[in-house]
Amino acid sequence: MRHAALFLIVMAGTALPVSAADLRPPPGASSCSGCHGDGAAMAVIDGRPEAEIAAAMAEYRSGTRPASVMTRIAKGFSDEESRAIAVYLANRKAQ
Amino acid sequence: MTNPTRRHFLAAGTAALAFPRPSLAQSSPKVVVIGGGFGGATAARALHVGGLDVTLVEANPTYVSCPHSNEVIAGLQPMTAQRFGYDGLARAGIPVVHASAIGINPAGRRVTLAGGDTLPYDRLILSPGIELRFDAIPGYDEAAAELMPHAWKAGTQTELLKRQLDAMPEGGTVVLSVPGNPYRCPPGPYERASLIAHVLKTRKKRAKLIVLDAKDTFSKQKLFQSAWAALYPDQLEYVPLASGGQISAVEPGTMTVRTDFSDYKADVACIIPPQRAGRIAATAGVADRSGWCPIDPVTFESKLVPGIHVIGDAAIAGAMPKSAFSANAQAKVCAQAVIDLLAGRAPQEPKLINTCYSLVAPGYGISVAGVYHPANGVLADIEGAGGTSPLDAPASLREQEALYAADWYRTITQQVFG
Repeated sequence: MRHAALFLIVMAGTALPVSAADLRPPPGASSCSGCHGDGAAMAVIDGRPEAEIAAAMAEYRSGTRPASVMTRIAKGFSDEESRAIAVYLANRKAQ
Repeated sequence: MTNPTRRHFLAAGTAALAFPRPSLAQSSPKVVVIGGGFGGATAARALHVGGLDVTLVEANPTYVSCPHSNEVIAGLQPMTAQRFGYDGLARAGIPVVHASAIGINPAGRRVTLAGGDTLPYDRLILSPGIELRFDAIPGYDEAAAELMPHAWKAGTQTELLKRQLDAMPEGGTVVLSVPGNPYRCPPGPYERASLIAHVLKTRKKRAKLIVLDAKDTFSKQKLFQSAWAALYPDQLEYVPLASGGQISAVEPGTMTVRTDFSDYKADVACIIPPQRAGRIAATAGVADRSGWCPIDPVTFESKLVPGIHVIGDAAIAGAMPKSAFSANAQAKVCAQAVIDLLAGRAPQEPKLINTCYSLVAPGYGISVAGVYHPANGVLADIEGAGGTSPLDAPASLREQEALYAADWYRTITQQVFG
């Protein structure tokens, strides 16, 4: 299945990338799973509601929500980038 | 159908023109990943999930993790917590070949394995970690490391240093030497110093640790030095470069560590030598004269050899430190770029995160974090983001960060090897 899907992408050149590109993690998103996983204090964020993730990032950035590390990380992302990450993570299956 | 597609493919940009592979007649592009550590194993998983035909080449059947190995040395964690097999990757459907890669032919796009087998690739990812430079410190060669362990590649060296420390008499002297930048795990030597000092404080009366550093500044310095002053004032003596901390030679026979100013007699000597990218990087021609590998900050493709990407400790990743977290983050970005390039699509500009925890005592953790983006051809810090734990913090935060350190280790190893 995977091979078939990739074959389509390759064969279609730029015809498919609108949807294929949507599956790509937006800048920064793929780093999150370095900490956020099952059974950790840094809880799983895959599959969490988009609004919840975006709001958390905004609050970490502004400092209204305390955290040990996320306050430092959130400052590396704009509101727009945070929302893109939130959309991506919300659409991932919790692992 | 064919012509517009072809036209689109070519129009995708110079990347597509420069790398005509894979042939459109092939069913699936092949990617070979060399090195099954935090970087390579992560890359193999991401490529597999992305639908590519990936093979992971790793010489050893068991991976021994460097992160948290300082806790093993201090007797706070069993060695079994450092060992990981490759069954998890095999179960995920990823072919793992346990052989040394000994040759790379970039023009023919083939990897040669010890024994003579070859693996073709459309793109190759190297995640070879580090090689210790046994030519850098007079007297410090592989034989010397059996008496004065580096323990900077985890495994028997970790266990040797632990045994030596356990066997050291009360009132003994430990010497720990730290190299100049760059090297694997910038805060690692200082975490090691902290946890050795903890061993001395709790189990070795009147024993001392002398840290000889080839530089004057280091990662999380204020946090470490403030913790040392509070916890280990009688155990730990720090000698920076400016005070003569750079070692000039070692004499394993007499357990002597020399600087230009003094000779230090040690009961236990841990010598962390300068390093370079793992050997296959030089074989492939992707290492420059520094011994490390210059890469494109968007794709992690070598600036020296097209079609070969380098991630993890071996790469010159600008402001990103050589850490397991970095290697994991880079692997995912690199894998996506490889998927994009093989699909004739331009990779997008990434952002990457690093977080590193260090333990200065049981229940006392500190951290440094950073967010990075490509700028002026390198991975640069995003201004205003990242930084260390606060210098003034309640014990509860140190405790929380120690807990996060343990949870990070469990999460990342489960994600990579589980």
